[in-house]
Amino acid sequence: MKNIRNFCIIAHIDHGKSTLADRLLQSTNTISDREMMDQVLDDMDLEREKGITIKSHAIQINYRHTDGQEFILNLIDTPGHVDFSYEVSRALAACEGALLLVDATQGIQAQTISNLYLAIENDLEIIPVINKIDMDGAMIEEVQDQIIELIGCKPEDILLASGRTGLGIEGVLAAIVDRIPAPKGDPEAPLQALIFDSVFNSFRGIIVYYRIQNGTIRKGDKVRFVSTGQDYEADEVGILKLKMTEKKEVKAGDVGYIITGIKNAKEVKVGDTITLSNRPTKEPIKGFEEVKPMVFAGIYPVNTDEFEELRDCMDKLQLNDASLTYELETSQALGFGFRCGFLGMLHMEIIQERLEREFNQTVITTVPNVSFIAYTTKGEKVMVNNPSEFPDPVKTERIEEPYIRAQIITKPEYIGNIMTLCLGKRGILINQSYLTTTRVELIFEMPLTEIVFDFYDKLKSQTRGYASFDYHAIGYRDALISKMDILLNGEKVDALSALIHRSRAEDFGRKLCEKLKELLPRQQFQIAIQAAIGAKVVARENISAMRKDVTAKCYGGDISRKRKLLEKQKEGKKRMRQIGNVEVPQEAFLAVLKLDD
Amino acid sequence: MAGIYLHIPFCKQACHYCNFHFSTSLHYKPELVAALQEEARLAAEQFPFPPGEAVHTIYFGGGTPSLLTLAELTQLLTAVRGHFNVDPDAEITLEVNPDDISEERLKEWRDAGINRLSIGVQSFFEEELRWMNRAHTAKQALEQVKKAREYFNNITIDLIYGGPGLSDEQWHQDLEQAKALNIPHLSCYALTVEPQTPLNKMIRAGKVPDVDPDKQSRHFLYLMQWAKENGYEHYEISNFARPGYRSRHNSAYWQGKSYIGLGPSAHSFDGKSRWWNIANNQAYIRSLQEGLIPFEKEELTGVQQLNERIMIALRTADGLDLSHIPSLEKTQLLKAAQRHIDAGHLVAQENKLRLTDEGRLLADGIAADLFFEEIK
Repeated sequence: MKNIRNFCIIAHIDHGKSTLADRLLQSTNTISDREMMDQVLDDMDLEREKGITIKSHAIQINYRHTDGQEFILNLIDTPGHVDFSYEVSRALAACEGALLLVDATQGIQAQTISNLYLAIENDLEIIPVINKIDMDGAMIEEVQDQIIELIGCKPEDILLASGRTGLGIEGVLAAIVDRIPAPKGDPEAPLQALIFDSVFNSFRGIIVYYRIQNGTIRKGDKVRFVSTGQDYEADEVGILKLKMTEKKEVKAGDVGYIITGIKNAKEVKVGDTITLSNRPTKEPIKGFEEVKPMVFAGIYPVNTDEFEELRDCMDKLQLNDASLTYELETSQALGFGFRCGFLGMLHMEIIQERLEREFNQTVITTVPNVSFIAYTTKGEKVMVNNPSEFPDPVKTERIEEPYIRAQIITKPEYIGNIMTLCLGKRGILINQSYLTTTRVELIFEMPLTEIVFDFYDKLKSQTRGYASFDYHAIGYRDALISKMDILLNGEKVDALSALIHRSRAEDFGRKLCEKLKELLPRQQFQIAIQAAIGAKVVARENISAMRKDVTAKCYGGDISRKRKLLEKQKEGKKRMRQIGNVEVPQEAFLAVLKLDD
Repeated sequence: MAGIYLHIPFCKQACHYCNFHFSTSLHYKPELVAALQEEARLAAEQFPFPPGEAVHTIYFGGGTPSLLTLAELTQLLTAVRGHFNVDPDAEITLEVNPDDISEERLKEWRDAGINRLSIGVQSFFEEELRWMNRAHTAKQALEQVKKAREYFNNITIDLIYGGPGLSDEQWHQDLEQAKALNIPHLSCYALTVEPQTPLNKMIRAGKVPDVDPDKQSRHFLYLMQWAKENGYEHYEISNFARPGYRSRHNSAYWQGKSYIGLGPSAHSFDGKSRWWNIANNQAYIRSLQEGLIPFEKEELTGVQQLNERIMIALRTADGLDLSHIPSLEKTQLLKAAQRHIDAGHLVAQENKLRLTDEGRLLADGIAADLFFEEIK
């Protein structure tokens, strides 16, 4: 055990985590040059393209130290987005140390800091590494100062590296061995293994990744997952090289995998403890939480007859993403679909894109909303995850909405813009502090619902990209929330209903009506677009009737071309949804996501 | 067989709105005329029309058929008459431009057997003709049509409305002028901006204002009313005729009858399939010099045939005859039509569906709504 080191890399998106990881694997011959593909650890297409790791993975590195000793270094990769902070915390809990990787040209970002705090809370040894030191615009000294201020280390503790050229990689490997403590634990004690990730394999079922705190896990053992109380047989156990390597046993301190034939991802919960059925641990590992979705939206097939196909895809998708929840939902406008729960807006985007790319589905996603709590006059407490569940205002005593603590790190010159943005989003400034002379940290408490609608894009544009954002939920607070409906020629479009703060309703309604006016094609009659709260219309737009839709010439040579044109037009219309007498193209259902000022 | 169309793909100059197939180089005219004769011979042999079926109409279109010399025109008519069973009373139309009209040519055409002239007037206003890049002047339009009227009774003129410069008043005057000239047939087209035309480029470059759909519909509504008051029957979206002067050739297209098109880009139809010649003069000529008609063909499915019927018939005053449509389809059709009937755009009577004047403005969308879908 004294020759094992378990570590992760804390870094902001694009700060070079994957490239550095590649170099660690290459320089230790964990992976041959032949096998080398850029960013090996990010093996989903989408991750590669977005340049972020969505699902964490792990890999074992065999390293011969300068003194000749052999070491096992388990690198546990962590997801790099705010929506996945719980998963990050569990991956950190499986490690004794962390590389704090900071881009020499960018400096410290918000997400780095929040993950760093998580690592410090978990008592991890932090090894600061400044990456990309070979780049033009590297501000090594400034970044050094930032790091020293942040973690209080000495200048000589900070390593300099370049993942791109391989510079400083040996030093990083040596520091992992020298500075990160070996894991502690008793291989003979009752089994305690922390689940930090799982993946779905269509042949083997769910493969669970864990870190053993105490005890030993052997092939053939009867194991129990503490949170669910379910027992399984360990069909196969092993360690994670570039590919899975089967072993007879995996002992305390090490990182490995187990295959038990589980088919349903819901049975495997990140943060759960694996123990032995016949000799269970008395104490599960601390920190386990049931992951709760934060953002909800409907997902519908573009063609109503493709519902069954979509259902299959959702089932498959959930197999390797247990944080996705969904249930059947019907909409008058869109037919059968699913009400889905996501960890956040990025998670929602990822699911949408995976459905489209991996499963070849074209879907309509409806207006997202957060989860509200309604207290009825009868004293009942109702969770509202869908505008259609919004209770009758007369029978509602009050509504509560979820709040977040938002941490934004930026340059001092953007403080004004960020204040305007966040205060405009009902944020309350809690703290403002200079991390360094060029880095300011702002802490706001804000309603989560405000970051669902174009917050990220605005933050980006208001700061020219020089702001990083992180958040976590801090509970529910009273709010004046109303249900706003959109009506087309008097017919409600359920898929466009939104739950919105009263102070926002008018502005939001007006923008939505204007956007719909742009997106709805002229039809043979006038269309009235209205936004209404209850019976009160808060905004209205009209689309005048189409005046002329007739081809001038239709002779011998025109007939085929014209028929094909009209057939295509008809095909396009088929993809539209009929609301009363109005035909609505799919883009209109996404209008709400594209509102701008 | 209903008709034979001959495409004469040459023009003196290019009109800015035109997307038909033509060339402004007359260099290959003799070869093309020879190729057309060869095609007439081959077509008569190869195409599966009932043998000996009479040809009721011949139509010289273009391009500018008035660029043909008398000899060329005669050769072509002789070839068609030689290879097909042409009805002695056949309607034989020649499209002509006002600038090609003279007493001498009018006599030639009449003597060659042409009995209907289609004159590309487009407008009686000079500024309109200029931006269109027409070869004739307003004065020529007026005088030459007057002259033509002395030699031909059966005359149609083309007029274009709804263009960026044409005022409501000018449009009314164009129509009054046609009436004053006692023209028994009018083809009135809403100016259409086709892709790949100089007009399209001019609009995109901001040199010419885009067409205004409100103005176009205003002009069209006026036209329909004017036609009623002046004894012109509105028998197809863009066609108006005094009694007895409907175009027999074009009516055949709209009745779904079969036709043969000769010349580059010309289309043929036998009721079930449609084929069209290559739209390239030299390639067309070369191919026929080797004894091959260069065409592409599409077979129409039952649904496509029915959809074409719906699309074309709705454009006509006769309307869509439901008596030949199977009952299942008829029920579906009437169901789809109901919305448009309720909106006052369609009328169902005497087992026929017809567009109202308001409905004619929206004919395309309505037809698309009534289309049937292929069963997959």
